[in-house]
Amino acid sequence: MTRRLLNERDIRFLLYELFDTESLLQRERYRDHSTETFQQILNTAQSLAEEYFENHNVKGDQEQPTFDGESITMIPETKRAWDAFAEAGFLCAQYNYDEGGIQLPEIVLRTAISYFCAANIATTGYTLLSIAAANLIREFASDPLKDRFLPPLCEGRFSGAMAMTEPNQGSALADITTTAFPTGDGMFRLVGNKIFISGGEHTLTENIVYLTLARIKGAPAGAKGISLFLCSKYHVEDDGSLAQRNDIKLSGLIHKMGYRNTTSTALAFGEEEGAVGYLIGEANQGLKYMFHMMNEVRIAVGAGAVALAYQGWNMSLNYARERPQGRLPSNKDPSSEQVMIVEHADVRRMLLAQKSIAEGGMALCMLASTLFEDSKTASESGQREEAQLLLDLLTPVVKSWPSRYGVASNDLAIQVLGGAGYTSEYPLEQYYRDQRLNPIHEGVEAIHALDLLGRKMRNGTAFRILLDRITATIRRSRELEETVGLSAQLERHVELLKTISDSLLAKLDRDIDLGLANASLYLDVFGRTVVAWLWLEQATTAALGLQRTPLGEADHSFYRGKIQAAHYYLYWELPQIEWQSGLLRELNPICFDMRNEWF
Amino acid sequence: MKVLVAVKRVVDYNVKVRAKADGSDVDLNNVKMAINPFCEIAVEEAVRLKEAGVATEVVAVSIGDKSCQEQIRTALALGADRGIQVETEGSVEPLVVAKLLKGVVEKEQPQLVILGKQSIDGDNNQTGQMLGALTGMAQGTFASEVAVDGDKVNVTREIDGGLQTVGLNLPAIVTTDLRLNEPRYASLPNIMKAKKKPLDVFTPADLGVEVTSHLTTLKVEPPAERQAGIKVESVADLVDKLKNEAKVI
Ligand SMILES: Cc1cc2nc3c(=O)[nH]c(=O)nc-3n(C[C@H](O)[C@H](O)[C@H](O)COP(=O)(O)OP(=O)(O)OC[C@H]3O[C@@H](n4cnc5c(N)ncnc54)[C@H](O)[C@@H]3O)c2cc1C
Ligand SMILES: Cc1cc2nc3c(=O)[nH]c(=O)nc-3n(C[C@H](O)[C@H](O)[C@H](O)COP(=O)(O)OP(=O)(O)OC[C@H]3O[C@@H](n4cnc5c(N)ncnc54)[C@H](O)[C@@H]3O)c2cc1C
Repeated sequence: MTRRLLNERDIRFLLYELFDTESLLQRERYRDHSTETFQQILNTAQSLAEEYFENHNVKGDQEQPTFDGESITMIPETKRAWDAFAEAGFLCAQYNYDEGGIQLPEIVLRTAISYFCAANIATTGYTLLSIAAANLIREFASDPLKDRFLPPLCEGRFSGAMAMTEPNQGSALADITTTAFPTGDGMFRLVGNKIFISGGEHTLTENIVYLTLARIKGAPAGAKGISLFLCSKYHVEDDGSLAQRNDIKLSGLIHKMGYRNTTSTALAFGEEEGAVGYLIGEANQGLKYMFHMMNEVRIAVGAGAVALAYQGWNMSLNYARERPQGRLPSNKDPSSEQVMIVEHADVRRMLLAQKSIAEGGMALCMLASTLFEDSKTASESGQREEAQLLLDLLTPVVKSWPSRYGVASNDLAIQVLGGAGYTSEYPLEQYYRDQRLNPIHEGVEAIHALDLLGRKMRNGTAFRILLDRITATIRRSRELEETVGLSAQLERHVELLKTISDSLLAKLDRDIDLGLANASLYLDVFGRTVVAWLWLEQATTAALGLQRTPLGEADHSFYRGKIQAAHYYLYWELPQIEWQSGLLRELNPICFDMRNEWF
Repeated sequence: MKVLVAVKRVVDYNVKVRAKADGSDVDLNNVKMAINPFCEIAVEEAVRLKEAGVATEVVAVSIGDKSCQEQIRTALALGADRGIQVETEGSVEPLVVAKLLKGVVEKEQPQLVILGKQSIDGDNNQTGQMLGALTGMAQGTFASEVAVDGDKVNVTREIDGGLQTVGLNLPAIVTTDLRLNEPRYASLPNIMKAKKKPLDVFTPADLGVEVTSHLTTLKVEPPAERQAGIKVESVADLVDKLKNEAKVI
């Protein structure tokens, strides 16, 4: 049984058994949908991903875009993929019918996109950026701007990019220096340099829209003085036609270890007369708007990391089932046949670890999608608020956990293949290189750690909501023979998270530098606990699945695999938080006290 | 001109099927199902005829239990105008399918019926031909090109030696081969539009057909595992092995 993209059975399990996606059909907005339309949409996604994206995953890595000082050259498959994605309607699938969308629920859209990420993360990057840019414009821009830019973004004639980072400002966005000069007619001229801008230049679309952070001349220092502007590569007339080029120049392409088919650009704004930009929303509120969108992109980063982990796992599993090597320790007969390496317990350990990351991460991202959905379309306002609070709390985890462990997972995938995994005959080394970006972009891990401990955790209600949900799972799982042990194991560790969270928060403001010094460790403890909860939830659902009759052999194996992976995660991975919690509890100062000169 | 297309619900071609433990059938529990690839080609051809202004209406018909409506909807999302389900239970053999299709043909009076040359589950390659015999319509099987010309259709067929073109009087039956066309994918807006297209359900009784079974499945088992290959010393050696071991010549 060779696996290609993701695992269809697992997707159905997550969508319909673990999460109740079917219940969305009762919401007014989704009245026209059915589980059948969901499936057809996923089928289209999978087919397009296989035909138009998977075909150049390796080629895009080997023949990355180049810039000769005048124009960019890209492999033609990239544009064909973009066009197929756009023509199928994925760029605006979640919008209202009258906007050209089909009111697709978030969880189905994100699942569909996971197929594209699994097939080719770099090419899919352009689509993700564009969807996010369009969402931001739709949410915050004025009607005239929306009328001019949204339709071509939805149709895929324009693409979107996020121009935030500058040569001197990455993590510390509040300190950016690109300046916007008002021209009196409600427009601005922007001057400054941006770097690392993904999709900032390419040959896929007739125009590119840049959502650009800049500081209006004279604005206050720091986050309170940042505004958001819409700039486009070509000016757009009121009738939608393209006019002359804006003063935004490509200074160069950045070459990188992975995601190579996504262009990374250095852009110069306003080297001549200044780049024309339209203010989005109110002045000095730019970071707020941008964060709204970034939260969505962060979930997308987590989901992309999961897709790469999933593919590495799929491929190493396929390999392990077909590679004969060695014999079991008990077999002393040199004339006997060698076993497939999946027969070695140590290889199964590596496969199980990958399964726990890929499927655990998938569950985590789908949870985020359901929260996103509920925050918008749940019927009760209380439900909407609760979902929003929990989503805000979990966003740093949804971004960071799959990114960190995705790297670990792709590392294991290489190990399973042995020497073959280290070669470019197999795409595993490429997955590993692609994956390595995820803990860096959209906020490095440290920044999310500070966000979680220094900001999100201060809202006790959000943490309470999380604990209540975890407790509900612990209670349900206690009733089933298959999961009673797992239930107790999680309960003990959740207590630990509670205790250290309380003690950390109590001490936080006494010395905030020391208090936040171990934030990354806290993020890890938090992430592991949340994923362990989702594994218990999956095991419980699987245990109930096992009780169904008739139960096919394939389903039986599938559910047993879920329960086994939950055991792996709760007994091999989760207990790491015991020593980590020890360090956190005592505000361990070893890293904090280390001095620069001692290095 | 009205075109009738037959579509069948089958296990997705990506799925590696397993036999049930008791050997009674293939295990279809929780397995991904799809429209038969040859039927997909049939739908595509009909839709292209419509887009070219040759066909005026494309009707997709499927025979099976309620779940086959999913495949009819897929055909509608690909561009068919309306659907017909003939409701049956369990598996139906080619002759019964052909008889039921004949009933639909009598009701709908299409000028062209397009079917897949075979379905990837049963691999029978019989239904189109049986329908031809039952209705007395001309048939062009294994089509790699279909050109309607007034009240005739020219069908280029993939045969052992190469290509053969036959001219058929309409109404006619065409069964599709792999190279006839490359089917499109259902776009998201079209998937939604398909939900609003009409889909009628008939019983075999409505069509005056009695569903009887002439075939009994004795046993379903997985194919023998492939053995590792060997190198032969000489051509004579090869011929000997083909004759006496493989018993294929
Ligand atoms: C391939 C790629 C694509 C990108 N795409 C885009 C894009 O489309 N648009 C865009 O605007 N940007 C983009 N970026 C930029 C990306 O968001 C930044 O690289 C990222 O935010 C980190 O900033 P930096 O590189 O300047 O690192 P720095 O901020 O210099 O950080 C370096 C190190 O210092 C640590 N650090 C920094 N600040 C703190 C702190 N306060 N506390 C603790 N540790 C800290 C970090 O952990 C990190 O390890 C992209 C980057 C890459 C590599
Ligand atoms: C860059 C590079 C340079 C190299 N240079 C040389 C060289 O100069 N000379 C030379 O002779 N070789 C060389 N090698 C080969 C290298 O030593 C082998 O790749 C290595 O020994 C692993 O063997 P394998 O690749 O066949 O993996 P396999 O043996 O197929 O192993 C694959 C996986 O199965 C697991 N596995 C295999 N057997 C068992 C077992 N009994 N129990 C548990 N798990 C098992 C492994 O842990 C691994 O995860 C090189 C390899 C590379 C990649």
